[in-house]
Amino acid sequence: MSFPWANHYQPKHPFMQWLDSRLPLPRLVYNSVGAGYPVPRNINYWWNFGVLSGLALLIQIVTGIVLAMHFGANTLVAFDSVEHIMRDVNYGWLLRYAHANGASFFFIVVYIHIFRGLYYGSYKAPRELVWMLGVVILLLMMATGFMGYVLPWGQMSFWGATVITNLFSAIPVVGDSIVTLLLGGFAVDNATLNRFFSLHYLLPFVIAGVVILKIWSLHIPGSNNPAGIDVKGPADTLPFHPYFTAKDLFGAGVYLIVFSVFVFFLPNYLGHPDNYIPANPISTPAHIVPEWYFWPFYAILRAFTVDFILPAKLWGVLAMFAAILLLFFLPWLDGSNVKSNRFKPVSKQLFWVLMFDLLILGICGGKPAEEPWVRISQIASMYYFAHFLIILPIVSRIERPLPLPNSIAEAVLGKSEPAPANAAQPAE
Amino acid sequence: MVRLFGIAIGAVFCVVLLFAALSPREATEVDPTLAFHEHPKKVHWSWDGPIGLGVFGGYDRVQLQRGFQVYKEVCSACHSLNRIAFRNLGEIGFSEAEVKAIAKNWTHEVPTINPDTGEAATRTAIPSDKIPLVYANEIAARAANNNALPPDLSLITKARPDGSNYVYSLLSGFADVPANFPADRRPEAPLHYNPYFHSLAIAMAPPLSAGQVTYAEGQPEATVDQMSQDVAAFLTWAAEPKLEARKRAGVGVIAFLLILTTLAYLSYRRVWAGIKH
Amino acid sequence: MTTVEDTTGHPITDEGVRRRDFIHVATGAFVGVGAAAAAWPLVDQMNPSADVLALASIEVDLAPVAVGQAIKLNWRGKPVFVRNLTPTEIAEANKVPVSDLRDPQTLAERTKEGKANWLITLGVCTHLGCVPLGAAEGENRGDYGGYFCPCHGSHYDTAARIRKGPAPKNLEVPEYAFTSDTRVQIG
Repeated sequence: MSFPWANHYQPKHPFMQWLDSRLPLPRLVYNSVGAGYPVPRNINYWWNFGVLSGLALLIQIVTGIVLAMHFGANTLVAFDSVEHIMRDVNYGWLLRYAHANGASFFFIVVYIHIFRGLYYGSYKAPRELVWMLGVVILLLMMATGFMGYVLPWGQMSFWGATVITNLFSAIPVVGDSIVTLLLGGFAVDNATLNRFFSLHYLLPFVIAGVVILKIWSLHIPGSNNPAGIDVKGPADTLPFHPYFTAKDLFGAGVYLIVFSVFVFFLPNYLGHPDNYIPANPISTPAHIVPEWYFWPFYAILRAFTVDFILPAKLWGVLAMFAAILLLFFLPWLDGSNVKSNRFKPVSKQLFWVLMFDLLILGICGGKPAEEPWVRISQIASMYYFAHFLIILPIVSRIERPLPLPNSIAEAVLGKSEPAPANAAQPAE
Repeated sequence: MVRLFGIAIGAVFCVVLLFAALSPREATEVDPTLAFHEHPKKVHWSWDGPIGLGVFGGYDRVQLQRGFQVYKEVCSACHSLNRIAFRNLGEIGFSEAEVKAIAKNWTHEVPTINPDTGEAATRTAIPSDKIPLVYANEIAARAANNNALPPDLSLITKARPDGSNYVYSLLSGFADVPANFPADRRPEAPLHYNPYFHSLAIAMAPPLSAGQVTYAEGQPEATVDQMSQDVAAFLTWAAEPKLEARKRAGVGVIAFLLILTTLAYLSYRRVWAGIKH
Repeated sequence: MTTVEDTTGHPITDEGVRRRDFIHVATGAFVGVGAAAAAWPLVDQMNPSADVLALASIEVDLAPVAVGQAIKLNWRGKPVFVRNLTPTEIAEANKVPVSDLRDPQTLAERTKEGKANWLITLGVCTHLGCVPLGAAEGENRGDYGGYFCPCHGSHYDTAARIRKGPAPKNLEVPEYAFTSDTRVQIG
């Protein structure tokens, strides 16, 4: 593509030549994920998580399509149809547990993928659009995950839907009308379930579309790498196939093993017992929590407990959305001209502080809204916003990075310095 | 420009959060009964497997049948088990004829419509029927139970944290109200004290008493503890009937994936042999 | 540089030799087997579920069906015709030379021994699956006094055998057995 030394597709078989001259699909595959895509040779196992996200999406789409063959999107039968899948449909238990845990695992790999991008500066020019499309995918995933959790029509489904749709009532003047519009009624009910099912089926295909755009835009500059320096010549890269297909297959194997441990041996570990109680619109569970992957954002939502010019509720909603939307501006908030944190000692420390902060927020989001969790989540939320909106813009301007290697090849082949210690950390 | 906006917005959020973090908290009263709650007692179940990790180990059919007996003779007076069909009982070791007899002799009949008059009627159950409801609806159930609702037990062990242990502990855990229990919070009739129940006061009277069910010859003595374990095991099966198939498949799948991943790793190393990266 | 590479970054090894490498073949084979095994649950979930299979047989009380009458039942989601044939209808069915039939079968072959008056068939036309008329009072029973399919004009006789029209086969006789004199289990 944009690398002059990239391998060119030369079909050997007459059929492939015939096909390639009419529909260059093999060429497209060859240039995107085949030998025609040169990849920096020094990328480490953290780069496996892009392909793993694609695998997780594929598993969700395939299991989701077959589950939809048995699910009934109606409040009268939704819960029963899920139990019918679990008890009577051939392999239904496997399909449903794979889909439910698959959602969690999709978020796990995507979060790791995002953290890798943060650490190695993959969001910085010229990959801003790759990053922004990724944030779009994250938003779509959150919407899909949320609506999917409503479908089994258990207590958590119902009350999760009630609480989250009520967020929009914080909008001044039109908030209540918007909530009524979203729900198709005055409370979460059949109309809500039905539209959530429709959208839950649609959005994964939208995600797949954005994934294609993202890969397209990624292939212009090519992949970033742990050194964060640009590819300069053929010695810096290896063709995607067979080098990275082999590596990704190994990564996929490890991923599937961990996934299988949950699907087959801990299928309800990431779920909530209350969702095995059918939805009851007149009784709220004692302690409502969303799925774990929303916990950090849920903690930010609940951290705003005091009216301050605007009502606390509106602050919480604004902050929760801002927490995600600020990621769109990250490429410009970070003013450093060095990408990888490997050469930015202060930013590297701050990255780990952010990881710790997100962990704290996640824990707080899963706890009841009681002290000391509320105050901890307030402090942790403060750091979250300060990190991205205040500290990063300032530090990135004043930090003096370490000297960069001249090229990837030099860094790898060790002309001037030994290979960086964390170049090849094993995947978990 | 973006950076300046960012700093401004960040500062606003931080100030609001700081204000919230520094604002005084209302003193919350700690519920004095909280200390009386107990976590479910741990039982070593057959499905925990020999080393307790739950990788191996399935259901003990004989125990499940004892548990079914307890359910049928005691629990089923108030609690339905409506997601289980009589035919499913074949999976815990009842023969086809036994299943037919159980269905036919069940206390409650299956609601149907009289084919001549169109009026509501009932008929005897057949194996393909779900175990019939005890009460026609929630109102009837509450009316018959001092306004308490006996939940359907089909999913009870998955619908409560640590469900199998919880059911066992709850059934065997009825106790007298401790002497130091806050006087104004003591459960009064028709409620009963149970330290494993979320509110400590449960509407269900202690359902089991020693020897209440007569187990078949050669089975353990029907103590409250034994019956509680047996019925909890039965209800665990009712909630997760595919547990054995799931674990068997899991062992096979993971063994296969371990080989595949090892091969993929060797393949990867072979491809990368001699390449520095 | 410790590796000899060509300009594309490919190590200079013979592509053919590498592809034949046992470890790659074994890995590829395992991926193939794994993918096929993973596809099976996705296919098998389309087969009838356990609750559907459990409803595969029904019991019917024949006592209320008078001579000359028929009833329509629902079995596995399809209509079943149960007809109590009159002696005239039986005689008429037996009169037809079997060799004249499109789908040669005698009435005796289509009923149970000693129960020749009980004609139990699926109410599904063997042409394209419509439900023939003739089971209910006053419906068109076709030129041969049995059933008539209005979709494409197939005529069945009193033994529900195809006599005229596009259908290739007689109405199918489901598997059934008499559990008592007046009760029959279908399926």
